[in-house]
Amino acid sequence: MLQVANLNAWYGASHVLQDVSIEVAKGEIVCLIGRNGAGKTTTLKSIMGLMDRTRGSVIFKGKELLNLPAHLRFALGLAYVPEERRIVQGLSVRENLRLGLVASPEKRHELQLIEDTAKIFPRLAERLDQEAVTMSGGEQQMLAIARAVIAKPDLIMLDEPSEGIMPVLVDEMFELFLAMKAQGTTVLLVEQNVELALEIADRAYVMDQGAVVHQSSARELLADDEVKERYCSV
Amino acid sequence: MAGLSLDLIALQLFAGLALGAIYVLFAIGLSLIFGMLTVVNFAHGAFYMVGAYAGLYILMLGGNFWICLLAVPLAVGLFGMLVERFLIRRLYGRGIDYPLLLTFGLSYVMVELVRLAFGKTGYPFDTPDLLQGAVNIGVGYFPLYRLFVIGATAAVLLGLWLFLEKTSFGLIIRAGARDPQIVRVLGVDISNVWLIVFGIGTAIAGFAGLLAAPLQGVIPEMGSTILAEAFVVTVVGGMGSIGGAVLAGLLVGIVVSMSSLFAPEMAKVSIFALMAIVLIVRPQGFFGRAGLMS
Repeated sequence: MLQVANLNAWYGASHVLQDVSIEVAKGEIVCLIGRNGAGKTTTLKSIMGLMDRTRGSVIFKGKELLNLPAHLRFALGLAYVPEERRIVQGLSVRENLRLGLVASPEKRHELQLIEDTAKIFPRLAERLDQEAVTMSGGEQQMLAIARAVIAKPDLIMLDEPSEGIMPVLVDEMFELFLAMKAQGTTVLLVEQNVELALEIADRAYVMDQGAVVHQSSARELLADDEVKERYCSV
Repeated sequence: MAGLSLDLIALQLFAGLALGAIYVLFAIGLSLIFGMLTVVNFAHGAFYMVGAYAGLYILMLGGNFWICLLAVPLAVGLFGMLVERFLIRRLYGRGIDYPLLLTFGLSYVMVELVRLAFGKTGYPFDTPDLLQGAVNIGVGYFPLYRLFVIGATAAVLLGLWLFLEKTSFGLIIRAGARDPQIVRVLGVDISNVWLIVFGIGTAIAGFAGLLAAPLQGVIPEMGSTILAEAFVVTVVGGMGSIGGAVLAGLLVGIVVSMSSLFAPEMAKVSIFALMAIVLIVRPQGFFGRAGLMS
């Protein structure tokens, strides 16, 4: 579904991604782990088209994305939940969900889709007309995910979804990722919570200093304390 | 102060509302554009002036005021979109001062072109026949045309409110003003949104210029006076806030109108005094977000 090959990216003059290659097959949960500053967020941003300068290749569903603007990547079925949720101030929960549909052909089923989403995210169902930023961090994260999946993307990329969220909600969220996978959605996950991420993932890539340094099945990595110690401990 | 009846004060208050209505229209466009594009549009006054001249031109061609009401905002808005698409767009991402300087220069070009086409002296602009005369509004006779200005402004505000609150495109604008990146990753081509917002803002400026024309006539410099006053409105109301622009626009109109009744020599200074007071008490304005410019 997604083939990233020799991806390079720059912030100004600093070369922050060096020849990153990642593959995600349809229906997989793939997780990207590594310390802060390893290049995980930049990798997701480059795939989504939010970096000013990138080189290499990002092929999604057989199409080269590298020179497409972000909004056309969304149109091809790519969704992205950035770090820190980015719930829009001044909008209600319902309006945030509608925002997930404004550019999608699914928009004509808006009412139905909001109803369906409310069933999957019961915490949001009770708060549809509340101003979204007044909800707890965990609920806002749920909303950010709901907003990204409401238009039924083929692949969703999530950046640190568990950050700053109560453990009980984190468990609920990870259950949700498994449910999404069961529905056929592919997931590319960046996570600090390594153990938890590896439990639900199929495969994992470990990044360090802007490059991929290790890849294996999630189960193998879960047992490989040496790699985890070397690249993921703080 | 003898002879100042309550009725006279009430009438003057209405006159202030009519004047304020023009400020409101001018300032909401300015605010909409700043809130969305972070462009301080120094050519806004020039678009206002072009609106008045476009109306004048349509009348010269034999059209009437009612055609102007429709054609002027359309034409000025289209012109605004061309300016955004071919001039301002090149400057995004370079900091707030680039588009500011561009629009500042553009306003001079626009004024000079109008001087070339219509001459340096101004023209009177007839009040449409249907709106001539005065009506009794309970406290005395009030010019019908000024009532129309208040009504037309209310209609534009209502339309804009419905557009922003009830349509998908309005939702995109409200969200995009807060977080353009999230709107992009949700599939919206934000540059189109900016184009349309600039078009709407300048269309409203042109409409305001047309409405103001029968009140004060048209001259090529009419935009620079109102730009300075609208700057006060935006500072008082809060940069980028539409609600603030409405409230502050009406307030500034009333302050000008009242001070010209009680202390005519202070009328021009009064609004700047108002601005100074607001800046001391509440530097971000009525509804502004603190630190927006930093």
